[in-house]
Amino acid sequence: MSYAKAQSKSAVWDWLTTVDHKKIGIMYLVAGAFFFALGGFEAILMRIQLMFPEASFLPAQTFNELLTMHGTTMIFLAAMPILFGLMNYIVPLQIGARDVAFPFLNSLGFWLFLFGGILLNLSWFFGGAPDAGWTAYVPLSSEYSGTGIDYYVLGLQISGAGTLIGGINFLVTIINMRAPGMSMMRMPLFTWSTFVASTLILFAFPALTIGLLLLMLERIFGATYFAVHAGGNVVIWQHLFWIFGHPEVYILILPAFGIFSEIISTFSKKRLFGYSAMVFATLLIGFLGFMVWAHHMFTVGMGPIANSIFAVATMAIAVPTGIKIFNWLFTMMGGRIQFTTANLFALGFIPSFVMGGVTGVMLATSAANYQFHDTYFVVAHFHYVIIGGVVLGIFGGAFYWWPRMFGYKLDEKLGKIFFWMFLFGFHLTFFVQHFLGLMGMPRRVASYLDGQGLNDMNFISTIGAFLMGVAFIIFVVNIFVSMKNRETSGDPWDGRTLEWTIPSPTPEYNFAQTPLVRDVDAYWHEKYEGDGKMKAAEPLGDIHMPNGSILPVIISIGLFISSFGFIYREHGVIWVAILGLAITFGAMFVRSIKEDHGYHIPVEEIKNDKGGK
Amino acid sequence: MKYLWRLLPLGFILLLAGCGKQNLSALDPQGPVADIQFDLIKLSLYIMIFVIVVVFAIYLFVIIKYRERPGDTHIPKQVHGNKALEVVWTVIPIILLLFLAIPNVMQTFTLADVDVNEEEDDFVRVVVTAHQFWWEFEYPDYDVVAGQDMYIPTNTKIIIELEASDVIHSFWVPALAGKQDNVPGITNDMWLIAPQEGIYQGKCTELCGEGHWLMDFKVIAVDPDTFDTWASSMARTVDEEEEVNVVSAEGREVFEQNCISCHAISGEGGDLGPNLTNFGERSVIAGFLDWDENDENLENFIRYPTEKKPGNLMQPFPNLADDEMDALIDYLKSLKVLE
Repeated sequence: MSYAKAQSKSAVWDWLTTVDHKKIGIMYLVAGAFFFALGGFEAILMRIQLMFPEASFLPAQTFNELLTMHGTTMIFLAAMPILFGLMNYIVPLQIGARDVAFPFLNSLGFWLFLFGGILLNLSWFFGGAPDAGWTAYVPLSSEYSGTGIDYYVLGLQISGAGTLIGGINFLVTIINMRAPGMSMMRMPLFTWSTFVASTLILFAFPALTIGLLLLMLERIFGATYFAVHAGGNVVIWQHLFWIFGHPEVYILILPAFGIFSEIISTFSKKRLFGYSAMVFATLLIGFLGFMVWAHHMFTVGMGPIANSIFAVATMAIAVPTGIKIFNWLFTMMGGRIQFTTANLFALGFIPSFVMGGVTGVMLATSAANYQFHDTYFVVAHFHYVIIGGVVLGIFGGAFYWWPRMFGYKLDEKLGKIFFWMFLFGFHLTFFVQHFLGLMGMPRRVASYLDGQGLNDMNFISTIGAFLMGVAFIIFVVNIFVSMKNRETSGDPWDGRTLEWTIPSPTPEYNFAQTPLVRDVDAYWHEKYEGDGKMKAAEPLGDIHMPNGSILPVIISIGLFISSFGFIYREHGVIWVAILGLAITFGAMFVRSIKEDHGYHIPVEEIKNDKGGK
Repeated sequence: MKYLWRLLPLGFILLLAGCGKQNLSALDPQGPVADIQFDLIKLSLYIMIFVIVVVFAIYLFVIIKYRERPGDTHIPKQVHGNKALEVVWTVIPIILLLFLAIPNVMQTFTLADVDVNEEEDDFVRVVVTAHQFWWEFEYPDYDVVAGQDMYIPTNTKIIIELEASDVIHSFWVPALAGKQDNVPGITNDMWLIAPQEGIYQGKCTELCGEGHWLMDFKVIAVDPDTFDTWASSMARTVDEEEEVNVVSAEGREVFEQNCISCHAISGEGGDLGPNLTNFGERSVIAGFLDWDENDENLENFIRYPTEKKPGNLMQPFPNLADDEMDALIDYLKSLKVLE
């Protein structure tokens, strides 16, 4: 397909077939934002139910479905995809690459995630959503739940495959596609944290895949891995789940750390303090993240030796995390701190996340954990680290990279209203929950009895949740009203890294000439030590680009169709499962035999663009 | 608020928490196990408040002192790092954590110590089996099975063995001890001691289905003599029961026709539902419903068991005649063992 031909297709077809990391990144962001809104809506419904004791706003069964879907949606379908969106868009730009290593796989990863997520959410309309918590502990999820769990198993299996593909793709991209001079120890921290998070994905997701596979075999094909009456063991599921599940929280938080490192450094106008210590701390957190999964299981009866080991290992994670916090503080020290909305999110993150971190150490205290475990204290803790860390990171990153990704700046005034309302609502919602837990409120309860001293704080918590909901609406409004603030300089924040060297809007090929990197903060170095322009590492020439393909969509749709055949196997529709798999493998076969050499963007075209200036 | 002095050093934070109910809150411990846990909570909180104060102080100093002032366009010095500082904030947290980790490991072993000398020690063994959505308490050394209310003697080490018949549940009595899980196919154990008499609230803390939030129980600590009376009365057989208890014969008949296949009284009956031998002394019905003047809660619960407790597996009896219902309720209310 020629370049001109690629340009002539319709917009919808263009987005369906695109293998451009920037467009895929934007699709991740849009889909993730949709699921984020959905998960937030589910949370608001639960908080309305919990506003008053013994409320009858929602039946208990619906509440259990909501709490399951809220957790599953927020982790798998909102937080991870949004971070993947930012990684997809930004990481290739930060390392001076024209695309990721495997553009086709990148597209496949996105479509698998999207169809997995849609499948999971369709359960609401077909016999009820999964209701055993996002952790889906057996035997509640294996022998005591309805078809909702089938949607959970298959939906997460499909979207999990997408995540694994995406993770591998980032690893290869970061190892192989860095511009000349960009050694590992010159990579921006966001790229570093993407690298470590992708490594975690590579090792953690297979545990989830296996767990889900066993659960699928048990539910659909009558296996008995977890069936106690047949000699199975229910604790195995918890180990498999948390061997995945604990690294998962670092998969979420490390990229957020990376975002904050970029933002704090940029808006303090200073090089990141202790760059190598930051890199080392990131690696150490990633490594220790695999050693601590059983701290989610202190009460399951592992015995005092295992509990002690996992308690101490968990506490150890506080050390590298503390190193990062101090390095951020000292990056700001002596700087010139600009209170942009993006930086407000970073500044709001530090105290919020420290509070979530200290309750993490408290939870790691195994003997005390017997009181904390599965209460609202835990709910408060993980919302402090996930909202106070990951979500603030996502919003900070959105405000920071918005001009790069969409060619306009988000309104600062609306942004600041959004920030303060969201932060205040967040603390109002979750601070009181620490006490609710210790005062005797278990988590995942559909309601609570009157007269237990739990009423006031639950009411306060709900008010906070409403504030967060309203704040999010202000953010959405901001997206639309700010569209007129075109940003054409390409470098609105006096940026330090390669993604700000490109003209705005970002050309399809990113860099007209691959840049030559001479220091950490490559662009800053050229601005203040050089002539303000990146040196080119290659002469201007034709640029080879990969062709788009519709096959990733077809492969994903095949698995999506197939899942319905498995879920409704008892209704004699197993042929649907076979049909779906045939579509998937057929599309894979076509991909394997079809020669596809991509196309070239001619050098004249590049010279006409601003990129050739 | 006689424990106020304890909370003072924590100031506002734990004062707030002092508002919890005494028989439910983990912040107002009523026994040695909860004491150990509360002490660790306080220790970790003190250390963590120290960390928070240090970080917040640096944070506030930095963002106030180094904020951008109008017209300021200077380029700050590009500092690479500082080895000495980095060592300091690596080593100090490690030391702080050791102060927490060492007591924690010791107490983790203390709390796991359920060994008793069968001959010498004063202890009571209770096997707690969790079901969707109720609790069964078996006292193997006394031949007693009770439902919903767990009677224990004061100042005696209670060795608890946790089991589950269906899904995973978790046994939590915050005022007396932190939780352990009831896992199908596995027996977990824990211990607790209640120095004072009282009714302590217990809850299931592992999502176990629709009725999870109503899966409450009570731990009732009584003096050892009362406990012995209770245990021996609970162990009576039906024949003995007839002699000592004034039983509504009609109600007993209704019970035998409708309820006995699932519920046992004085050793006779099924075990699919809670044992009702001391039902008349329950503090609440079904774990959460109050006794009311006209026994409407009990009647409604028997007629429509899932109306107030969704997911409840008890069979409904909507068409039981009014006089039969009255007789049954009279009979159930007469089931007492402590008088």
